[in-house]
Amino acid sequence: MKKLVTTLSAVALAVSSFAALAAAKPAVVYDTAGKFDKSFNEAVFRNGVEVFNKDKGVQVREFEPQNEAQREQGLRRLASRGFTPIVAVGFNFASAVEKVAAEFPDTQFTIIDMVVDKPNVQSIVFQEHEGSFLVGALAAKTSKTATVGFVGGMDIPLIRKFACGYEQGAKFANPDIKYIQNMTGSTPSAFADPAKGSELAKSQFSQGADIIYAAAGGTGLGVYQAAKDAGNYAIGVDSNQNFVQPGTMLTSMVKRVGVAAYGTWEEGMNGEWQPGIKVLGLKENAVDWALDEHNASLISEDMKAYVEGLKADIIAGKISVHDYMSDNTCNF
Amino acid sequence: MFETLILMLDATIRVATPLIFASLAGMFCERSGIVNIALEGKLLAAAFAGAAVAYVTGSAWLGCIAGVLVAVCMSLLHGFATITHRGDQVVSGMAINILAVGLTVTLGRHWFKQGGQTPALSGDARFAPIHLPGADALQDVPVIGLLYSELISGHSLLEYVAFAAVPIAWYILFKTRFGLRLRAVGESPSAVDTAGISVAKMRYSAVIICGILVGLGGVYLSVGQTAQFIPNMSAGKGYMALAALIFGKWKPWTAMGACLLFGFLDSMAIRLQGVSIGEFQIPVQAIEAVPYVLTVFLLAGFIGKAVAPKAIGVPYSKERE
Repeated sequence: MKKLVTTLSAVALAVSSFAALAAAKPAVVYDTAGKFDKSFNEAVFRNGVEVFNKDKGVQVREFEPQNEAQREQGLRRLASRGFTPIVAVGFNFASAVEKVAAEFPDTQFTIIDMVVDKPNVQSIVFQEHEGSFLVGALAAKTSKTATVGFVGGMDIPLIRKFACGYEQGAKFANPDIKYIQNMTGSTPSAFADPAKGSELAKSQFSQGADIIYAAAGGTGLGVYQAAKDAGNYAIGVDSNQNFVQPGTMLTSMVKRVGVAAYGTWEEGMNGEWQPGIKVLGLKENAVDWALDEHNASLISEDMKAYVEGLKADIIAGKISVHDYMSDNTCNF
Repeated sequence: MFETLILMLDATIRVATPLIFASLAGMFCERSGIVNIALEGKLLAAAFAGAAVAYVTGSAWLGCIAGVLVAVCMSLLHGFATITHRGDQVVSGMAINILAVGLTVTLGRHWFKQGGQTPALSGDARFAPIHLPGADALQDVPVIGLLYSELISGHSLLEYVAFAAVPIAWYILFKTRFGLRLRAVGESPSAVDTAGISVAKMRYSAVIICGILVGLGGVYLSVGQTAQFIPNMSAGKGYMALAALIFGKWKPWTAMGACLLFGFLDSMAIRLQGVSIGEFQIPVQAIEAVPYVLTVFLLAGFIGKAVAPKAIGVPYSKERE
């Protein structure tokens, strides 16, 4: 009896996943920050989900976990209903994806910002250090005090990768630049402490910095506010955050996660989806610096040409930007 | 060097303000015999209500009133569960913390559609820094100028209120009849009851005062120190305040001292980050742990025994069953 049930469920699973492939049922699970976080998750929603819905006429099923435990539940429920490929947004999903992917070997999973080594998982990682290099160079060229700052969220290698690229970019543009770096903390709450972010920014301003790059989620909003209050500049991260404090946001280091999510659903629809690691950088136009109406007045033509030149050099391989996560050190 | 020190002290005041409010709040509550681990949740709820109302009305003052009201309501809820119904105070406090975390994010998502954040506040919707008279004129005078213009002037209203609240709290608690009764309720409620004073009434007044103070602390977080609410922005400050209260032996001046010490360690941690001793770079984690380690260390070794109010944590009932 037990064997029969197992066989039946296996058949059912096979049928359901076959049906899924035919009908294309893309899905996404956001991180606990929610889909309107003005940053990472919102980029997936605005540039991925919304665009995909419009272009393909296929609704992307969305799930927003409210707490840690719901990550795994959400993935499992979507998988058991035959959705595929399922995009998991953020490095926090690593263990959940690993577990659920083993339970549903016929479902395609895509995780952003983390590598999960399973035969049915596609891992998309970004070359954040390349984009950070560009904004670092821009910051160093703009700084009047020859001092630039960095505020990171939780002290993890991913955030250090941003910091390292930024530092290298700043020192490339001006070898004598003074670089100040602060991490907010060592727990996930370091991504949601704007008061601390504001304190860190004030401390860096008092040490002479006049431009701060924040890669710190909600904590960054405190940094941007402090920059505005002090009349200094800040640099946004992940999404184009120039609109958050127009006039004092020098630029943003944009990570096109939405485009990457779109790509994976499209591949799923066309049957071209492949497991493995996908590395997206400046070359793929997946990371970039943001120039729009909110910061156009802050960026001169020379500045723009300079940064675009650096970008071309990195793409051509003339400048190599060190990836912190390749050896967990920042020696460039 | 002197300037660095002044700037660090300046940061200390900003960081310590919510802690001072919360630990004074906790003091009133605990002195009346009610354990209050719900400070964290109340800070968060008040921060949310404050930022939400300040944004909608454009007035920091209305936001402040709303934040205080919400904190008082949550305090009354705590009181209702633990005073009227004699529930377990720790369980009730924990429930309020969980409620605040969930409710603020859920309501925030529903109202503002920004993932639980409130939109950024600007102009009159924030408590702007107050520049005391003569601050600019004195700025260039050595030592005193910097001390006055940086350290004393230029804080937001709630920061001054926090420091004013300390002597007021001390006076109420130790120099008035109300304070004497409040302390007595926390030590020996049956004796107070025998004297014909209502224990429940005293305890309810304590939780209301607690709500007002912690509400101001929460509003300061979102409307004074920063300019918007962000999910979970209290980030453990309620627990820090509780630690400061125990550290300060349930007394206003010493509790304030403990809050300032925590604030100072925090601003020092910000400065020390990335500094290396010889080849060894001080890790962020070690610096972050300093306030907690110091609490345990100083409490165990130097400050001496911190004796809690005797009747703390025990619901009062007239009859013996």
